[in-house]
Amino acid sequence: MSRVRIAEAAFWLGTLAAYFVFPEYLMLGSQIMITALFALSMDLILGYAGVVTLGHAAFFGVGAYCAGLLATHSLGAPLLGLLVAAAAAGVVGYLTSFLLVRGQDLTRLMMTLGVCMLLLETANHFSGITGGADGLQGMQMGKVLGLFAFDLYGRTAYLYALAVLFALFCLARRLTGSSFGLALRGIRENPRRMPAIGSPVARRLITVYTIAAMFAGVAGALLAQTTQFVALDVLGFNRSAEILIILILGGTGRLYGGLIGAVVFMVAQDHFSGVDPKYWQFWLGSLLVLIVLFARGGVLGGADRLLRTLRKK
Amino acid sequence: MLGTVAVVLFDGLAYGTLLFLISLGLSITLGLMNFINLAHGAFAMVGGYIAAVCMNRLGVPFLATLPLAFLGSALVGLLLETTLYRRLYQASHLDQVLFTIGLTFIMVASATYLFGPSQQPVRLPTFLIGQTTIFGLELGTYRLFLIACGASLIVGLGALLTRTRFGACIRAAVYNQRVAGALGIDVDRVFAATFALGSGLAGLGGALGIDVLGLDPTFPLKYLIYFLIVVAVGGAGTITGPLYAALLIGVADVGGKYYLPQTSGFIIYAVMILILVLRPGGLVRARGRA
Repeated sequence: MSRVRIAEAAFWLGTLAAYFVFPEYLMLGSQIMITALFALSMDLILGYAGVVTLGHAAFFGVGAYCAGLLATHSLGAPLLGLLVAAAAAGVVGYLTSFLLVRGQDLTRLMMTLGVCMLLLETANHFSGITGGADGLQGMQMGKVLGLFAFDLYGRTAYLYALAVLFALFCLARRLTGSSFGLALRGIRENPRRMPAIGSPVARRLITVYTIAAMFAGVAGALLAQTTQFVALDVLGFNRSAEILIILILGGTGRLYGGLIGAVVFMVAQDHFSGVDPKYWQFWLGSLLVLIVLFARGGVLGGADRLLRTLRKK
Repeated sequence: MLGTVAVVLFDGLAYGTLLFLISLGLSITLGLMNFINLAHGAFAMVGGYIAAVCMNRLGVPFLATLPLAFLGSALVGLLLETTLYRRLYQASHLDQVLFTIGLTFIMVASATYLFGPSQQPVRLPTFLIGQTTIFGLELGTYRLFLIACGASLIVGLGALLTRTRFGACIRAAVYNQRVAGALGIDVDRVFAATFALGSGLAGLGGALGIDVLGLDPTFPLKYLIYFLIVVAVGGAGTITGPLYAALLIGVADVGGKYYLPQTSGFIIYAVMILILVLRPGGLVRARGRA
């Protein structure tokens, strides 16, 4: 147990140390934090409750547009933006979760995908408000807590994103460690048996979907605030697929999976897509195929197995 | 006014026929093997590129490229089924989704590498270009051709499934794999043959659709959603389900683009969500399933 604690502390101290070690990569760093938060929210529904979704970008996008629109209407206080984004994404998540509890895997895939595409079309249609394909411009961000202004080097953005990620991670950890988290794992392992022992499956799924939507909304808001720009692709299919890939790459159902996945994926993407975006897609596809065929459980799952075999010897 | 309604209906049916041809294989893989194959659109793309390359580089006439597109993508499907897909029939849906997304990415990147990112041109024979007047309506000749192709294929497939021994094997395997195996049906071979057939049909649809849907490396991702909608709305494992769904979606999409161009993007998704809310299992349920 204590070894786990030390590893956890080391991880978070490492993220803080990165601030001093890589001062020129802080913008990338804050992007990684945001992706990590998004992956964390995906982990709650996919890794814990076992619901496969292809439309998680819906909530990311709602959050991003909320924060963006507030900031263009001279309400640029960052924390206010996060709260409103979380609330709005939560409402959308709550309403659409009723679609989710009907039907099986394919129906769920299509429902989540359909909701996301509907939102994308809506954002595209009301281009007077959202800026449409040109993106939402002219965001005026206030200072974080009224003290720290966003700077060109991304110093504030990095620490701000890190603080939000850490706070929500602690929340997710409490949540998954509680009896509620246990019930979710039960639903993942056997959705038919859980009602038999008196667990209200639909209600649990609605709750966790709403919470995950709020997390994703905060991630989207963070992206909008730190880049001061919102493009239509925050709602795109690629974003939903990518976050799924990131989570799988890191390992599902263990919270840190999404975080590790985000670091590995974003650093690799930053490196390889600079070389040639076409090949990046090729390698990404190959990686996915290989993970499914040979390395279920992703990076952390692989590390687990390695540790276990080492211990046996 | 009535004339335009008829033309929109007609174009929608032609579009729906294409969607049906491509989606049928997806529906079969899902119904037969319970496999979510997001790479299915890539097989249509393979067929499309075979036709385009034969036509534009080798000078094969358009109609002659169609059987080549069918055979080529059926072969690719067979190859992938026996080497890779087969390992994942028992895997979770999540694994299947990831694996097939990965495969799609590989195929999209390969197509970009081989053929470049631009749209492929198509040269139709002169007798398929232009308009044909039927009952006083100006109808696109190529679209008539599409509907005729689709209708004859549907009749052919129906006969294959209901009149032949192979069709009986497929139906038996769909209803109950284990009992079919116990009756001496080689279920693995039925799966492989069916997968190849579905991929071939998708390839044929891809080749036929170059003129209507276009063809570039992003094809599998761009139309994936449409194929999935057809299957999810229609209900997997049947022929009639995807047929109704494809025609419905085709007409809704074309009609939406014609009459409500402002909101055309919404209609198809709204129709899908509505149908799935009312009937989570799709329009037509496969027999032998709860």
